[in-house]
Amino acid sequence: MNAMTTSWIDVGAVTDVPPRGSRVVKEAGGDIAVFRTANDRIFALRDRCPHLGGPLSQGIVHDTGVTCPLHNWVIDLETGQARGADEGCAGVIPARIEDGRIHLLLDREG
Amino acid sequence: MTQKLVVIGNGMAAGRMLEHLTEQAPDAYSITVFGAEPRVNYNRILLSPVLSGEKTFDEIVTHDDAWYAARGITLVKGGEITAIDRAARTVTARDGGVTPYDRLVVATGSMPFIVPVPGHKLPGVVAYRDLDDVNAMLAAAENGGRAVVIGGGLLGLEAAAGLRMRGMAVTVLHLMPTLMERQLDTAAGYLLQQAMEARGIDVICRANTHSILGEDHVTGVRLDDGTEIAADIVVMAVGIRPNAALAKSAGLAVNRGLLVDDHMRTDDPSIHAVGECVEHRGQCYGLVAPLFEMAKVLAAQLAGDATAAYEGSVTSTKLKVTGVDLFSAGDFAEGEGREEIVLRDAARGVYKRLVIKDDRIVGAVMYGETADGGWFFDLLRKATPIADMRDTLIFGQSFAGGAKLDPMAAVAALPDEAEICGCNGVCKGKITATIADKGLTTLDQVRAHTKASASCGSCTGLVEQLMALTLGDGFTRNAVQPVCACTDLGHDDVRRLIVAKGLKSVPAVMQELEWKTSCGCAKCRPALNYYLVAAWPGDYADDYQSRFVNERVHANIQKDGTYSVVPRMWGGVTNAAELRAIADVVDKFQIPSVKMTGGQRVDLLGVRKEDLPAVWADLNAAGLVSGHAYGKALRTVKTCVGSEWCRFGTQDSTGLGIRLEKIMWGSWTPAKVKLGVSGCPRNCAEATCKDIGVICVDSGYDVHFAGAAGLEIKGTEVLGHADTEDEAVEIILALTQAYREQARYLERIYKWAARVGLDAIRAQIMDDVEQRRLLAARFLFSQQFSQTDPWAERVAGLHAHEFRPMAHFEPREAAE
Ligand code: SRM
Ligand SMILES: Cc1cc2nc3c(=O)[nH]c(=O)nc-3n(C[C@H](O)[C@H](O)[C@H](O)COP(=O)(O)OP(=O)(O)OC[C@H]3O[C@@H](n4cnc5c(N)ncnc54)[C@H](O)[C@@H]3O)c2cc1C
Ligand code: SF4
Ligand code: FES
Repeated sequence: MNAMTTSWIDVGAVTDVPPRGSRVVKEAGGDIAVFRTANDRIFALRDRCPHLGGPLSQGIVHDTGVTCPLHNWVIDLETGQARGADEGCAGVIPARIEDGRIHLLLDREG
Repeated sequence: MTQKLVVIGNGMAAGRMLEHLTEQAPDAYSITVFGAEPRVNYNRILLSPVLSGEKTFDEIVTHDDAWYAARGITLVKGGEITAIDRAARTVTARDGGVTPYDRLVVATGSMPFIVPVPGHKLPGVVAYRDLDDVNAMLAAAENGGRAVVIGGGLLGLEAAAGLRMRGMAVTVLHLMPTLMERQLDTAAGYLLQQAMEARGIDVICRANTHSILGEDHVTGVRLDDGTEIAADIVVMAVGIRPNAALAKSAGLAVNRGLLVDDHMRTDDPSIHAVGECVEHRGQCYGLVAPLFEMAKVLAAQLAGDATAAYEGSVTSTKLKVTGVDLFSAGDFAEGEGREEIVLRDAARGVYKRLVIKDDRIVGAVMYGETADGGWFFDLLRKATPIADMRDTLIFGQSFAGGAKLDPMAAVAALPDEAEICGCNGVCKGKITATIADKGLTTLDQVRAHTKASASCGSCTGLVEQLMALTLGDGFTRNAVQPVCACTDLGHDDVRRLIVAKGLKSVPAVMQELEWKTSCGCAKCRPALNYYLVAAWPGDYADDYQSRFVNERVHANIQKDGTYSVVPRMWGGVTNAAELRAIADVVDKFQIPSVKMTGGQRVDLLGVRKEDLPAVWADLNAAGLVSGHAYGKALRTVKTCVGSEWCRFGTQDSTGLGIRLEKIMWGSWTPAKVKLGVSGCPRNCAEATCKDIGVICVDSGYDVHFAGAAGLEIKGTEVLGHADTEDEAVEIILALTQAYREQARYLERIYKWAARVGLDAIRAQIMDDVEQRRLLAARFLFSQQFSQTDPWAERVAGLHAHEFRPMAHFEPREAAE
């Protein structure tokens, strides 16, 4: 039987994601939204708003937050938590940049 | 019989005098005012904010036409008086008209002084005195280029800062070693020069102008030392002279200015004078506070109070350049028997200096922090002995043995007689009492009832603090609703500043307007992007990351993350080929739902984002383009069958609807725009609940607007009647453009109309035919850049990353 392990996976170049924008990574565990901020920081969240499952990758990215396109909840990119009075969390996927490439820490079947 | 009062000059002094007079003795005179300027009375000291773009001319008008009408005053605009015949008691205007008077008031203000160097008459040399000068400067600034301002005093620096904000390269030439040397000492003058230079304004002191260069227009300025500075415009702001020539030629006693006694009377008992044109006890003034005091005295005199007297004024100065805080009052020269107290805080750029003589403040200069200016000025004017507070005096009034009190406490601590508004001489007690007596709740009301903050506006902060103190929670500062939490500015200010400062990108707006967040939020970014799109057609690169997802991917997002696709059906008309293409697309992409919309077209719902470009490619092939069902843009134009088929149809409503949709599609608007065109008043296209509606009638077209049938229900208002289809189209395009230029983001037409007034809109579109033509032309100009089908662009590959995942890992697939 295969065991589950986590490892850093290269999902693409920083420049594949537009600044103040997002791209989707499709993966067995569900869609992941990868965000790039105005100053080139990279974050990744599960692409499901904690409110009613809106695709966060389609929202407007500002500072280190994204506003969900369905009902305007603002989700913090660093923590995945809803900001302000709203409560809920979109799962955070650890992300790092190496040599201009984005790596996500993902579960893999080894 | 009522006496005839004639006033020559319609400036600030005359305006204020008339206010007092018509309040105290409304029926005493039949009044005629001659103003050489072709306009109503305005607040001259706010010309600088108009120049810089921080205010519009309308905002600085003090008395509009209705004001004169309500008081029965005849205002002759553009009516320059060329002669006074004292024997016959008449005045003669430039057009030859002769008007008799029983009493005459001369209020001709002053003339800018023009240094008579060679070239001073060249086109492109302007003074800085009235709206015409501002317009001349604005016209020059339109092409960018370079400006030279001669004179580093109050006016010169305000002109320089304004022209700089309008995007010109600006050099200030000043004869003396430091700027504003008559109001500031050298230390403050130096700080001021640094602040101007930090704005990108070049300052050259000790600059003696030799000549102005140019053949048929200014090209530059040469200094005595041979330096040449290129210039497209030269502003002369070296000083003013009382404008007393007319009085002098009438034989009145004139020295530097027209001589008046304490009753504001000249040496002719039936002629009075007021304002900058006069000389009183050897003094001529150049600021409004003394003139307002004179105006009050003269009004009382004319109203019959023979005792009213003016005894001269001590003045203080503030510079109205946003971001530069500067205050000066009294005499701050060094001298025998004078001591000074100085405070410097280099880190904060603060400098304060008090000059003391015989235990009294005789002069004050403050730079960088001026909140205590009014208090020092008060001590100075009242000659209050300061020995008791000498040690802490320089720290200001709120100093209480250590930590600085918060500004509210400082205002609370002010005595009732402390002067808050220097221009109008309004003290604290008057403001708080009026707020309480009259139940005032807004700044505008306080301005109207007390005049405080109504002139140069630099005391607005203090007045607001007083309101907060008096009203507690009942006061909401700043009736302007900010765009969002990222800024304190309201939508209108942001729009105006974008244009005024020539800001052409979202980051530039945020930088220049001091956004409080690093890159805005989902509320302000789409608004700013729209304002930029509307302000700079063809010149602004859309910031698509600032658009809501629907406008980014040109489809409507659905609750499950899929999208809907709505092609345009011009005027609701379709044909077999289009329907067949739609049917094929539905089959090919297995689109789950097809629905007729409320807007006379077909909605394909549940399309996967990845499929959008391919769906569009097939629709495009059949000639179908985006219906912008997702945009703050032109949506649908509903029509009925009209005269082509219907037995009641009066005009071709279908044809007009299609024509309008073809001209207007693709235009971005503050909120969505929907049209309806009905062929007769039976109104089958429901035109009278649309943003813009047309009801065809036998005699032509009734154009309606400002309807609503969504969150609110509201029938339209009539905008006007058009005899021809062309005229109806022009009216609709002009209306749409006015809406595009004036409404706030997300404000539908009916909300905009409710805010600015139906009549104000009718006046622009229906009454002013020239304005209508220009608006329509601007609409058509911007359409050149917006009528590319966004679907076709994306089929061709634009923003391809939007429609593709960045990576796709199937289960069990290797990390590669
Ligand atoms: C499809 C349609 C309903 C239908 O099945 O008929 C529809 C669907 C939506 N309307 Fe509508 N409206 C549709 C006609 C209308 C009409 C009727 C009309 O246009 O004649 C109205 C009333 C008139 C009006 O505009 O005021 C209408 C008033 C609204 C409103 C309220 C707007 C308001 O200011 O009061 C909203 C909410 C909003 O815009 O904020 C709205 C918002 C929406 C949105 C965009 C909700 C959203 O943000 O996702 C729906 C998108 C569905 C989609 O993906 O296509 N829809 N909507 C109609 C599309 C017309 C078209 O061909 O483009
Ligand atoms: C750009 C600018 C900024 C200023 N900023 C400040 C400030 O911050 N604080 C401050 O206290 N003061 C300021 N001032 C000064 C202030 O505007 C004047 O003190 C004030 O306007 C003088 O009022 P007045 O009525 O005497 O003259 P004006 O307001 O000049 O009015 C005189 C009017 O008479 C008209 N006139 C002249 N001759 C005739 C004639 N023969 N027939 C008919 N009409 C005639 C003129 O066209 C003019 O409209 C500023 C001035 C300018 C130009
Ligand atoms: S009325 Fe309009 S917004 Fe409301 S559910 Fe129907 S389509 Fe959606
Ligand atoms: S689903 Fe995100 S705000 Fe409602």
